[in-house]
Amino acid sequence: MSWWTPQLAAILWAMFQALVILLGAVLLGAVLTVVERRLLGLWQDRYGPNRVGPFGSLQLIADMIKIFFKEDWIPPFADRSLFVLAPVIAFASLLLSFIIIPITPGWGVSDLHIGLLFFLAMAGINVYAVLLGGWASGNKYALLGALRASAQTLSYEVFMGLSLMGVVALAGSFNLRDIVAAQQDLWFIIPQFFGFATFLIAGIAVTHRHPFDQPEAEQELADGYHVEYSSMKFGMFFIGEYVGMLLVSSLIVTLFFGGWHGPWLPPILWFAIKTGFFLMLFILLRAALPRPRYDRVMSFGWKICLPLTLINLLVTGAVILLVTPNA
Amino acid sequence: MTTDTVANPVAAGNPMIEALLEQFREGVRHVQQTRTGMPVLWVRRDSLTDILQFLKSQPSPFSMLYDLSAVDERLRSHREHLPPADFTVFYHLLSVERNEDLMLKVALTEDDLRVPSVAPVFANANWYEREIWDMFGIGVTGHPHLQRILMPPTWTGHPLRKDYPARATEFDPYTLTVAGQDTEQEAMRFRPEAWGMARERDGVEFMFLNLGPNHPSAHGAFRVVLQLDGEEIVDCVPDIGYHHRGAEKMAERQSWHSFIPYTDRIDYTGGVMNNLPYVLAAEKLAGIEVPERVKAIRVMMAEMFRISSHLLFLGTYLQDLGAMSPVFFTFSDRQRAYKVIEGITGFRMHPAWYRIGGVAQDLPRGWEKLVREFLDWMPARLREYEKAMMENAIVRDRTRHVAAFNTADALEWGVTGPNLRATGCNFDLRKQRPYSGYENFDFEVPLGANGDVFDRGQLRIEEMRQSLRIIQQCVQHMPAGDYKADHPLTTPPPRERMLQHIETLITHFLQVSWGPVLKPDESLQMVEATKGINSYYLTSDGNTMSYRTRIRTPSFPHLQQIPAVMRGGFVPDLIAHLGSIDFVMADVDR
Repeated sequence: MSWWTPQLAAILWAMFQALVILLGAVLLGAVLTVVERRLLGLWQDRYGPNRVGPFGSLQLIADMIKIFFKEDWIPPFADRSLFVLAPVIAFASLLLSFIIIPITPGWGVSDLHIGLLFFLAMAGINVYAVLLGGWASGNKYALLGALRASAQTLSYEVFMGLSLMGVVALAGSFNLRDIVAAQQDLWFIIPQFFGFATFLIAGIAVTHRHPFDQPEAEQELADGYHVEYSSMKFGMFFIGEYVGMLLVSSLIVTLFFGGWHGPWLPPILWFAIKTGFFLMLFILLRAALPRPRYDRVMSFGWKICLPLTLINLLVTGAVILLVTPNA
Repeated sequence: MTTDTVANPVAAGNPMIEALLEQFREGVRHVQQTRTGMPVLWVRRDSLTDILQFLKSQPSPFSMLYDLSAVDERLRSHREHLPPADFTVFYHLLSVERNEDLMLKVALTEDDLRVPSVAPVFANANWYEREIWDMFGIGVTGHPHLQRILMPPTWTGHPLRKDYPARATEFDPYTLTVAGQDTEQEAMRFRPEAWGMARERDGVEFMFLNLGPNHPSAHGAFRVVLQLDGEEIVDCVPDIGYHHRGAEKMAERQSWHSFIPYTDRIDYTGGVMNNLPYVLAAEKLAGIEVPERVKAIRVMMAEMFRISSHLLFLGTYLQDLGAMSPVFFTFSDRQRAYKVIEGITGFRMHPAWYRIGGVAQDLPRGWEKLVREFLDWMPARLREYEKAMMENAIVRDRTRHVAAFNTADALEWGVTGPNLRATGCNFDLRKQRPYSGYENFDFEVPLGANGDVFDRGQLRIEEMRQSLRIIQQCVQHMPAGDYKADHPLTTPPPRERMLQHIETLITHFLQVSWGPVLKPDESLQMVEATKGINSYYLTSDGNTMSYRTRIRTPSFPHLQQIPAVMRGGFVPDLIAHLGSIDFVMADVDR
């Protein structure tokens, strides 16, 4: 069998991995929508969806049937092409970022040398989804939501990148596999606690999750930027948000909590447990906190988080220079 | 008019009224005797503004225009001694310092249906004057924006006129064509010019945002049009009337008894609290004195509903601040309150359980146990809400010094209830003018200091604690006795006796089939309802039905005040303010 070369096998295996991770991310994102509702129910003294299937396990299928068969309405006053493009960007940009996540020593789509930069770029593109969606809807609430989103992203992306530079400096690489490997002995949460704290905040802001959901703020803007969307276009925004949660959680695990490292259990389980913990945290935050006013969110970003990341980066740099011999 | 009036502090002995009569010898035409518990002066239209100005500028002034509405007098048969009039406009003033009321009436003839606008004297007259234009077709000269307020702008006719039919069967069947819908929609379009608003400032266009009538935080069918510069509110125009059901008109064709269920639906979170002012006013007309047990039962159930309403407030208030969970917890608390309410009255939201001269049934066996369970449950929960939410930094940041107003502003706009007390003004009718035996209870009136969104929320939590105290005292000291007054006009009369006694049987038959007949007179009762002061001003013409029922609700002026508070605020502040007002649209539109 001359055509069966090791290169071909490697390519096929990589494609298989990519496919599994892609489908896994989308599916997990969808399952999370139901998990969130059940957990919120638990924390709010009520049941949550428990009618479809045993313990509500088939709720997801019911939701999908509903969302697929809803009328996919494009408002006549909308800018059609941008209106269609926006949810695609929302969904694709964060999903693509899964390329860089090393799940276990053997699993992962690609070892990009510029891994972290790729994520930052995708997060930057992601805001266009909200901006274009809000603009193209031709709706004032959507527009206000889009404006809030762009202002918020501007404030938070600045220090999101900076908050990760401490990790990069410690590991000496943008490659996430190298970063995980560098945490063999000590998770970066210890030396980079402030980096972790600010990245967590920025991560929530990037996914527009409560309490940073100003762009949609149901009580104020009646769902903001996606108010005119229905059916699968809304579905893509919706699942996109959960894919974003999944992405940010796995990034936190990879960057600060040693990725798959952990005793006794297989790497994949460690990765899943850690990621699951942060997903719960995301949901718990939503259940527990009120929403700050968006101008306070902005000043919090500029006045507290940005200086904090800068100081963190300076101190990290100084420490590295001090401990590293012949630097 | 009747001579055996119960509460009738006439002009004599009241220095301000004497001074008024002295100063406006020509202006005051007549002093009417009523059972409203306040002096009622008929004044000349020309002197109206001067008199109001005089009353407002005295030491300890009448600083609040509590109510303003009209009566179509054309079919009223008992008008002895009253100045001739086809329509009467009345101005109900309230003085917090004196704890006194005063009513001015202006007689109008059909060929000259106009009153001068008193909005320059009392800012909150604006909406009331639009209402008398809308409902009676009485013109208001000098009004800044005399448009319909409760009816749609396309409406024809003035519904509260006596010649306007009250029954649906007197109209052609309603149809709505596509063209008709377009016309209606077009009529709703907001035109900034009509409100004297600029479309741009320094070359920057404003955004006009329609918040409502269908919006998650509008608490019902309520619309506010915002003039926005970015997210800053330059100005706003509240638009009401989407929940108008003509309760005052219905009162004119329901018997005194059968109108009770309609009152439940005015402030629909207040349940029997709404029955209270109505039956108290009707009892004043009938001259019924109810037994102590009735008073205590009424107080207990009214306070149950105050707690239930405040819990709804608290949940939605925090929800409007973006906190998702509290509303589920307060609703499970309300469920516990409803267990008590349902156990005692048999209904949940709208028990319609008070009767003229009593309540529908006696308390059921074992009621104390039900109430005690609730009393034991609530305090820990209230503490939890404070710890989890009111002490939360984000909540404080969202609410402290947001949408704040002081006592003077509150009085100017007719703000009452917890929203007034949040400004530090100690005015609670349960203390100041005890009714239904509130003087027998030991409780405190919580006060705020800043009159901001935070104070309005915190104060209501404290009010729930005080209501629990009152209910506790009801359980400990519930008087024995009848649950209905022994009076011929008690409706319906005690059934047990009806089965034994031919006289009672006859009254029972008449009152159930026909309804009680109340003597021609006027009476008024205010209560400290869940959202502020609610009152029923009943005019009887010696019939089985009310001649005119004026329902003054607290939410109406509270919404009118929104622009004065919100100018310069942000959209999220407006949402926080809307949450903190605690209004329901049925309580606004009636």
